[in-house]
Amino acid sequence: MTELAFRPREWWQKLAAPIDPALLGMLALLLGYALLVLTSASPERLNNQFLNLAVALVVMRLAAQVPPQRLMHLALPLYVAGVLLLVAVALFGDVSKGARRWLNLGFMRIQPSEIMKIAMPLMLAWYFQKHEAMLRARDWVVAALILLLPVALIARQPDLGTAILVFAAGFFVIFLAGLSWKVMAALVFGGLASLPFAWTLLHDYQRQRILTLIDPEADPLGKGFHIIQSTIAVGSGGILGKGLGNGTQTHLEFIPERHTDFIFAVLSEEFGLLGNSFLLVLYALIIGRGLMVAANAPTLFSRLLAGSITLIFFTYAFVNMGMVSGILPVVGVPLPFVSYGGTALVTLFAGVGILMSIHKHRMLVQK
Amino acid sequence: MLLAFFLLFTRFFWLQVVQHEHYRTRAEDNRISLVPIVPNRGVIVDRNGLVLARNYSAYTLEITPGKVADLEAVINALAGVVDIQPKDRKRFRKLLEESKNFESLPIRTRLTDEEVARFIAQRYRFPGVEIKARLFRQYPQGELASHALGYIGRVNDRDLGAIERQGAEDNYRGTEHFGKTGLEQKYEFELHGQTGFEQVEVDAGGRAVRVLARTAPLPGNNLVLTLDARLQQVVERAFGQRRGALVAIEPASGGILALVSMPGYDPNLFVDGISPQDWEGLNTSEDKPMVNRALNGAYPPGSTFKPFMALAALETGKRTPQQTISDPGFFNFGGHTFRDDKKGGHGIVDMYKSIVHSCDTYYYVLANDMGIDAISAFMRQLGLGQRTGIDIEGESEGVLPSQEWKRKRFRKPEQQKWYAGETVSIGIGQGYNAYTPIQLAQATAAIANNGVLFRPHLVKHIENINTGERVPIEPEPLRSLPLKPANVEVIRQAMVGVNKEGTGARAFAGAEYASAGKTGTAQVFSLKGGKYEHGKVSERLRDHALFIAFAPADQPTIALAVLVENGGFGAQSAAPIARQVLDYWLLGKLPKDAAPEFEEEVEGD
Repeated sequence: MTELAFRPREWWQKLAAPIDPALLGMLALLLGYALLVLTSASPERLNNQFLNLAVALVVMRLAAQVPPQRLMHLALPLYVAGVLLLVAVALFGDVSKGARRWLNLGFMRIQPSEIMKIAMPLMLAWYFQKHEAMLRARDWVVAALILLLPVALIARQPDLGTAILVFAAGFFVIFLAGLSWKVMAALVFGGLASLPFAWTLLHDYQRQRILTLIDPEADPLGKGFHIIQSTIAVGSGGILGKGLGNGTQTHLEFIPERHTDFIFAVLSEEFGLLGNSFLLVLYALIIGRGLMVAANAPTLFSRLLAGSITLIFFTYAFVNMGMVSGILPVVGVPLPFVSYGGTALVTLFAGVGILMSIHKHRMLVQK
Repeated sequence: MLLAFFLLFTRFFWLQVVQHEHYRTRAEDNRISLVPIVPNRGVIVDRNGLVLARNYSAYTLEITPGKVADLEAVINALAGVVDIQPKDRKRFRKLLEESKNFESLPIRTRLTDEEVARFIAQRYRFPGVEIKARLFRQYPQGELASHALGYIGRVNDRDLGAIERQGAEDNYRGTEHFGKTGLEQKYEFELHGQTGFEQVEVDAGGRAVRVLARTAPLPGNNLVLTLDARLQQVVERAFGQRRGALVAIEPASGGILALVSMPGYDPNLFVDGISPQDWEGLNTSEDKPMVNRALNGAYPPGSTFKPFMALAALETGKRTPQQTISDPGFFNFGGHTFRDDKKGGHGIVDMYKSIVHSCDTYYYVLANDMGIDAISAFMRQLGLGQRTGIDIEGESEGVLPSQEWKRKRFRKPEQQKWYAGETVSIGIGQGYNAYTPIQLAQATAAIANNGVLFRPHLVKHIENINTGERVPIEPEPLRSLPLKPANVEVIRQAMVGVNKEGTGARAFAGAEYASAGKTGTAQVFSLKGGKYEHGKVSERLRDHALFIAFAPADQPTIALAVLVENGGFGAQSAAPIARQVLDYWLLGKLPKDAAPEFEEEVEGD
C-alpha cells in the first residue's frame, strides 16, 4: 500500500498490484465456464451477468487493497450493524413469499442476512485474534453465542439456507481456531440427540423439503418435482452430456430456477460427467489455493479468516451440487461463481478480495 | 473436503454412468408426449346420397380449469376480447360440473376469424386458455329424421363404460364426443374411426414445442341408409303440427324407408353441449319431442289388428273366408254388451266385409272362439309384442297379452287371472294390446311379403373410405311363416277392398295404383302424461288414429304403419297421411300441404 504511494508506477500496475494472478486465473476459467453454461440456460441474462461481474470485480479489487489489520477494525462494527439490522428485519421487515427477509430502507431494500456471511467470519476471527494464546472455556462459549445469535435470527425469518451458510462460516472459524476434537465429538452427538427436538422447531415447508429428499417420488408433481427433474437432468447427461443448448430437461422448462440455484443441472445435462469433473477440479484448485493462503497467513486473524472464506466456497459448492443431484435437501444456495445473480457474486468476490489481501500481506513485516 | 468432492463424483458417476439409461428414458418420457388426433367421424347419407350428418371445422375458445386460478375473473376478462353470452357461461358451468379439471372445456364455439385474431393478439394475458380447431358434427337437414339419426354429445361416464366394454380406450384418447341416441349411438364404433397420434415435444407446462412424428388418423366409416330422405320429408310435412309416428319398410328386405316420430327436434342443438334452456324446453314440452314414438310409443292397434286376426283365423282353421255372421250391432258375453260402431250392425258379414267395413262384432265372436292363447301365439309369430331388432338402441317391447303375461304382470291373484271377457276386446285391437308403430309396420310387411319377416334396419351399407370397401348389411330373415298363399291372398284382397270401397276409400279416392290398407282407432282412456288444462283436455283425450298399408297390392315395395296421436278415427287423419306417402313413393308426387284431416266420421271404424 505504502509502496504504491511512494513510487510512481504505471496505472495498470497500480491496479493489478494487490491481485493474486494464480487465484484470478483459476476464477477466470471458472467464470468463462459459467458464462458458457449461461448462454444455454438463459442467454437473455448474459449482459446482466457481465454487469454483475464488473461490479463484483470492482468490489474484489477494493477489498483486496484493504490490509487485514484494517479489516480487523471493521469486524466488530460490521457484526453489530448486521445484528441490529437483523433485529430490525424481525420487527419491521417486508414479508415476501411467507418469509420476512428484506428491510426496506426507503431508497433500497437490503437483505441483512447477506452481510452476515462476511461479518460472521470477520467477527469470530477478530475475537479469537484478541484472545489468542489464552483461550479458556468461557471464550468458546462466547464464540458460540456470537455465532448462534444471528443464526437464530436468520433461521427465524425463516431462511434456513442462509442460516446454515452463516452458521457454517462461523463454525469454520471456531473449528480452525482449534476447537478440541472432544468438544467437536460432543457437539456432534449433542446435535444428533437434539434432532427430534429441532424437527419440531422447523416450519412445515422445511420439514417437507427434508421428507421430499428421503422419498421424492412420493409426491412427484408437488414437492418432489424439483429434485426428481434435476436428478433426471443430471442422470440423462451421461458421460459426455447432450451438448451445449441441447438439454431437453433444461430447455423444456422441467428445471426450475435453471439460471440460479439449479444451473448445475443445466451444466450436468449438457456437459455430462466430464463437465462435472472439470467443475470439481476447478473448485478443488480454487479451494486449494485458498487453503494455501490461509496456511501462509501471518496472524491468527488472517489465517482464520482465509480458512473460513475458503471453506465457505467449498460449502456453497458442495451443498448446491448435492442438492441438485439429490443427496441434500433443497436449500436456496447458489453454485458459487456460476449461478446468475449479483448479490451472491458480490459477496463471493468480496471474499476473494479478502483472500488476495491476506495473500499480499503474508509477510508479517512488509518491505 | 476431497472426501466430500469424491462423494459428489461418486454420485455423478452413479447417476450419469450406472443409471444413465434409466434417466435418459425418463428425460425422453418427459419431453415426448403422444397427442391423439381425433379422426373425422363418418358421415351419414340417405339411400340416394343426400347428406344427413357431416362434420365441419371451427375454432373454439377453451379453458383448462385446472390451470386457471379464478375462473370467473378469466371469463370476465375474455368477455372483453370475444363475445361471451350468458348462455355460453351457463353451458360452460354445466360442462364444468360434468368434467374433470384437466380437460379443456369450450367457453365459446364457432369463433369468427376476427375473434380468433383478437384473442391471439392478447393470448399472453390468458394462461390456460387456448384456441383449438375442432371438428363439429352438423345435421344439415335440421330436424329431418332426427329420431333415426340421433345425436352426439360430450363423452360422459356412461359412454366411458361403453368404450371400456368395447376395449376401445386407446382409440378414444382425445375423443370428446360420443353417439348418444339413434344411429349415432348404435354405429358409434363404425363412425368413430382410428385415432391418429402425433409425437410432440412438450415443455414442463405441457405446451407443444414441435412435432417429431405423426401417424395420421383414419376417418370413420360412412353409413349409407336404406332411408329415403325425401320420403322422410314428405312424411314429416304430411304430419304438419300433429303428433305421431310413421314407419315405412321395404317388405322384401326389412330396409326402413322412413322412420318418423313427430314432433322431432334439432340434433344440432346437442353438438356443442345443449343450452340448459333448450334442454329444459325439449324435456318439459307436453308434446314430448324427445320421445321416439316409432320405437318407444306403445299403442293399442285398434282395428288395424283385424287383418292379423282374420289371418290367424284362416291359418288355425277357425274360419273360412266364406263363413258369415249376422251382426245385430252388439255381442253379449258374460252379462256384458260389446257394441259395434255401427248402430244396428252390418248385417250379414263374411271375412272380406269384416275387414273392409271394420265390423267389430265379427271379431268379438272370433276372438272368443279362438281364445287368448291361440291369438297371442299367432301374433307373436308376426313379431307383435317383441323387439324388432332394429339398429337403434332402446326399442320398447310393447304388450302382447296372454294368460302368462297377465300372471307375470300383476301381483294380486284376482288380477292375475285372465277373464274370457278380456279376450273379446282383444279381438278388435283394444284391451291390453299395445304395440309400437314399428311392430305394426313389420307385421304389415310380413303380410305384404307372404309371411317372410326381415329384421328392420336403417343402414344399407357401411362404407370404408380408407379402402373404398362397401360392406352391405344383408337383409336378415327373422323367420318364414308357413302361411298358405291362399289365406294371405284373402287378407290382401280384403285390405285392397278397404282402400277401394271401405273405410280407406275416401283417403284413397282416385289413386292410380292398387293399395292395401286398414284403418284403426285406439281409445285413449287415461290422461297419461298430460296435465289437466281446460280446453286442451278434450283434444288430448281424442282417440289415436292408426293406419296400416302396403302398395302396390300385388308387388309391394312399401309397407307402413301410421299413428296420429289424438287424431280421432284412423280414416280421418292417419289414412290421408298414408295416401301422401304412397303417392310420393309410387308416383313421385310431392304434396303441397300437410295431409288433410277429414272432418266428419267417414264410416264406422
